[in-house]
Amino acid sequence: MEDFGGLEHIAKEIRKDVLVMLNKAKSGHSGGSLSVVDILVALYFGGIMSYNPKSPSWEDRDRVVLSKGHACPALYAILAKAGFYEKDLLWTLRKLGSPLQGHPDARKLPGVDASTGSLGNGITQAVGMALAARVLKKKYKVFCIMGDGELQEGITWEAFMAASHYKLSNLIVIVDFNGLQIDGKVMDIMNISPLKEKFEAFGFRTYEIGGHVYKNLIDTLITAKRNVVSPTAIIARTVKGYGVSFMANRVEYHGVPPSNQELEKALKELDNGV
Amino acid sequence: MEFRATREAYGMALVDLGKKDDRVVVLDADLSGSTKSKEFQKQFPNRFFNMGIAEANMTGVAAGMALTGLKPYASSFAVFITGRAFEIIRQSICYQNLHVVLCGSHSGISVGEDGGSHQAIADISLMRSLPNMKVIVPADYNETYLAVLESANIEGPVYIRTSRAKSPVFIEKNKFELGKADVLRHGNNVTVVACGMMVSLVLDAAKLLEKEGISVEVVNASSVKPIDRGTIVESAKKTGRVITIEEHTIIGGLGSAVSEVLMKEYPTRVLRIGIEDVFGESGTKEDLFCKFGFTKEVIAKKIEEFLNG
Repeated sequence: MEDFGGLEHIAKEIRKDVLVMLNKAKSGHSGGSLSVVDILVALYFGGIMSYNPKSPSWEDRDRVVLSKGHACPALYAILAKAGFYEKDLLWTLRKLGSPLQGHPDARKLPGVDASTGSLGNGITQAVGMALAARVLKKKYKVFCIMGDGELQEGITWEAFMAASHYKLSNLIVIVDFNGLQIDGKVMDIMNISPLKEKFEAFGFRTYEIGGHVYKNLIDTLITAKRNVVSPTAIIARTVKGYGVSFMANRVEYHGVPPSNQELEKALKELDNGV
Repeated sequence: MEFRATREAYGMALVDLGKKDDRVVVLDADLSGSTKSKEFQKQFPNRFFNMGIAEANMTGVAAGMALTGLKPYASSFAVFITGRAFEIIRQSICYQNLHVVLCGSHSGISVGEDGGSHQAIADISLMRSLPNMKVIVPADYNETYLAVLESANIEGPVYIRTSRAKSPVFIEKNKFELGKADVLRHGNNVTVVACGMMVSLVLDAAKLLEKEGISVEVVNASSVKPIDRGTIVESAKKTGRVITIEEHTIIGGLGSAVSEVLMKEYPTRVLRIGIEDVFGESGTKEDLFCKFGFTKEVIAKKIEEFLNG
């Protein structure tokens, strides 16, 4: 049996970084940053992506578009770990003059492939990047990470339609399906199910997997990379606030950072693997 | 006098850009025959992408393409590309200062019979309000052709406004320069700053007024943003009275741009002529121009009244 202990260890460190960043920033999105960590760890450290931190704008690199831009603390911690910049930069999150903006800014921070934040803007740019590869005769892949609530934005379906129409097999959409949005449960606010059937009807080869299980993530991503027929959608079932018991599945932690006391408790939990 | 629509120049210039640079790609939202981007498709089918009736996604896709180093041109009717896609233009294009050229055809009430739903009257205001965006409203076919060619050399996002209706071809120059206004007629009594189809009308009105001894200076401000502060202030200092005229709402467009310059640098009485906070309607272009006061006679009368007032 394959051992993913290395990736799990990295994920634990990333989650700790994220919580410290948010605590220092005194604002930001805890729940969705914690739910997306394993997806990002699998992409950046699971041997899935080609990238070069010494040359962030290398033309042949695989791209990551964090369409759910509010989860950027996780991406920032990952990029530091991958060597795009010094880890110390993480503690400037959301501060005046920091390249670590409240939502990702590709012009300010190396390693960020697209500026996002306003939901739906990431996937449409990702489709453009994937389509551009055809004109440029490049072989790169575009990984677009979306929220489940984000799929309520109409433009996301315009983008999926176009991805399928142009048979963008180099586009891999990963939905961080944590089931919650600011005002409550996605299914109560504006239901998006049946999601797998919707993606399939839009021409995507679609997988539904556990979003915190490395074997599932890695195997599915490898399979998706081999798809030459159509775009791929991976619906990753996740838990908002994953890794911290008192944040898990709690809508209250969508846009709230941990207090000093909560941080201490959360770091202890992560260290002890509760 | 030759008459041609500015949108035709967009198609012609795209083809010439496509020949020079294989990074030029063109997108449209099911209106390529109307915006004239189809001319590019005929020559370069592999670099043309019809995105269907989905203007928001079209502009976002253009942004993604620009991030890879391609040079995208995206077009639709002005009302859709600036209205429906506004938020994507803001976040995905302007916020990243990406080199994407947007072309809004069928601007203003000269769209005619399709009516108010299809007549963009606030597209200049919308695009002008976005940081990094440049706004070009060419006066005729020749200037449109030159502006589209020049857009390839402009850094960041550009909005070019074209028209459906044919209009006089009269601009004689070899190069479009962003941020530069042209004094097309020298005068002493009043300055009229115009853009788009209004420029030739103002020149005609100036000829009428000449017979009455009124000397009108006519400025073509096709570069609405950035606007040519120097030329406008210099002219205002000479004449002391400034009028703006545009086929667009008087709120936020050329009139506002000129007023903002003068308010700061040379406070002058300004009259803004345009569409006065109402929507358009169906009718022929000629009937609509009469109703909205876009005829040389009405413009001449308004200039005279302003000078006497």
